[in-house]
Amino acid sequence: MGSQNFITAQVLERVEEELRGFRQAAKARVAFLIDGNGQLLGQAGDATKVDTTAIAALTASNMAASKAIAELVGEEKFGGVLHEGEDEHLHLSVVGGIAILVVLFDAETSIGLVRLRVKNTTKNLEALLIQGAEEGVSEEEDLSPFAEITEDDIDQLFL
Amino acid sequence: MSFINYSSREINCKIVYYGPGLCGKTTNLNYVYQKTNPDNRGKMISLATETERTLFFDFLPLALGSIRGFKVRFHLYTVPGQVFYDASRKLILRGADGVVFVADSQVDRLEANVESLENLRQNLAEHGSDLDKIPFNIQYNKRDLPDIASVEEMNGLLNPRGVPVVEACAHTGEGVFDTLKDIAKQVIMELKKKENT
Ligand SMILES: Nc1nc2c(ncn2[C@@H]2O[C@H](COP(=O)(O)OP(=O)(O)OP(=O)(O)O)[C@@H](O)[C@H]2O)c(=O)[nH]1
Ligand SMILES: [Mg+2]
Repeated sequence: MGSQNFITAQVLERVEEELRGFRQAAKARVAFLIDGNGQLLGQAGDATKVDTTAIAALTASNMAASKAIAELVGEEKFGGVLHEGEDEHLHLSVVGGIAILVVLFDAETSIGLVRLRVKNTTKNLEALLIQGAEEGVSEEEDLSPFAEITEDDIDQLFL
Repeated sequence: MSFINYSSREINCKIVYYGPGLCGKTTNLNYVYQKTNPDNRGKMISLATETERTLFFDFLPLALGSIRGFKVRFHLYTVPGQVFYDASRKLILRGADGVVFVADSQVDRLEANVESLENLRQNLAEHGSDLDKIPFNIQYNKRDLPDIASVEEMNGLLNPRGVPVVEACAHTGEGVFDTLKDIAKQVIMELKKKENT
C-alpha cells in the first residue's frame, strides 16, 4: 500500500467532515482514517476511550498481512475485514491503495448498514486524499521545521 | 517514511530494530519503555509467542518533545528475528526512516548476524531502499557474556561502511539509549537534508 508523507490542515478538515457524515449515516461509534504505515490521518466520534495510536499501528499491520496473504492465494486483495466482538465490532477497509478506514460500531447499527456506507465513503476519501496530494503543501504551511535544525535542538529532545 | 501532520504540528518517524533471533531487540524496547516517563510514551504492544519470541512485531510510540514548534514522535518497531518469519519482517520494514541492527556478540552467533544483515539488505532493496544510504547504526549487544567476538572482528564482518557502533548490554540497559539517541539524530538530520534539497 502506498502512503503519503504529510497531511495539511485543509485536507484534514475535508477528511474529517467526510468521516463525520459517514459516522452519522452509518450510526457508528468512531470512524478513523489511517495511512498504510499506521499513521492516524483523521477521526470522527468520541475516541477518548480508544487508544488510536495503538489501533492504527495494529490495523495497518493487519491489513498489510491480509494483503500479503491474498497475494499468496492469487487474489490482488481481500475486501473489508470484520472483527466481531461481543458488544463492539471493528470494520476495516482499504481506501484506494493509500489508506485504511477503521470503523468501530455496536448494536446501534448493523454490519449491513456499515458496509453500505463504507462503500461510498471510501471512494470519497480516496478522492480527497488524491486531491490533497495534488495540492501539496502551501508555502504558508511549509515552514520547513527541519531545514534550520541544529544538533543542539536534537539534544534538547528527552532522550 | 516520516509523516508530517500540519494541522496538529506533529512529525512521526519510524525506526525498526532488526537482527537475528534472540539478539535482544525486544529487550531494547522493553528497557526504553520502562525508563521513559509515561507522559512521553504510549502503550507498548508485543505480538509474541507463548515463549516470548516475537511473532509479528513489538511497537512502542514515543513523544520526544518539540523542535521549532513541531512535536516529534518516534514509532519504534522490532521485527521477528527467527529466519522463517521473513514475510513478516518485510512488512514491518516498509516505510522505515532508520534501522538499528542489533548484533549478538556471542562467537557462535556471528554467522547468524551476517545472514540477518544480508537479509536486511535484500528486504530493503525490495522496498526500493538502500542500506548504504539510509540512517543506520549497529548495536553490539550482550557484551556481558563470556564467549564474545572483539569489536574489531565484528566491524570487519558487519560494518565495512563504518556506521556508528554502540556496545551494549540491553539486559541491564547499557547502551540502549545511546543507540536510540544516535539513530534519532541520524533520522532527524536526514529530514533536514531532504528539506534543504
Ligand atoms: N546476557 C545477556 N542477555 C541478553 C541481553 N540482551 C538480551 N538478552 C537476553 O536474550 C534473550 C532474547 O532477547 P529478546 O529481546 O527476546 O530477543 P529478540 O531479538 O527480540 O528475539 P526474537 O523476538 O526471536 O527476534 C532474552 O532472554 C534476554 O533476556 C544482554 O545484553 N546480555
Ligand atoms: Mg523479539
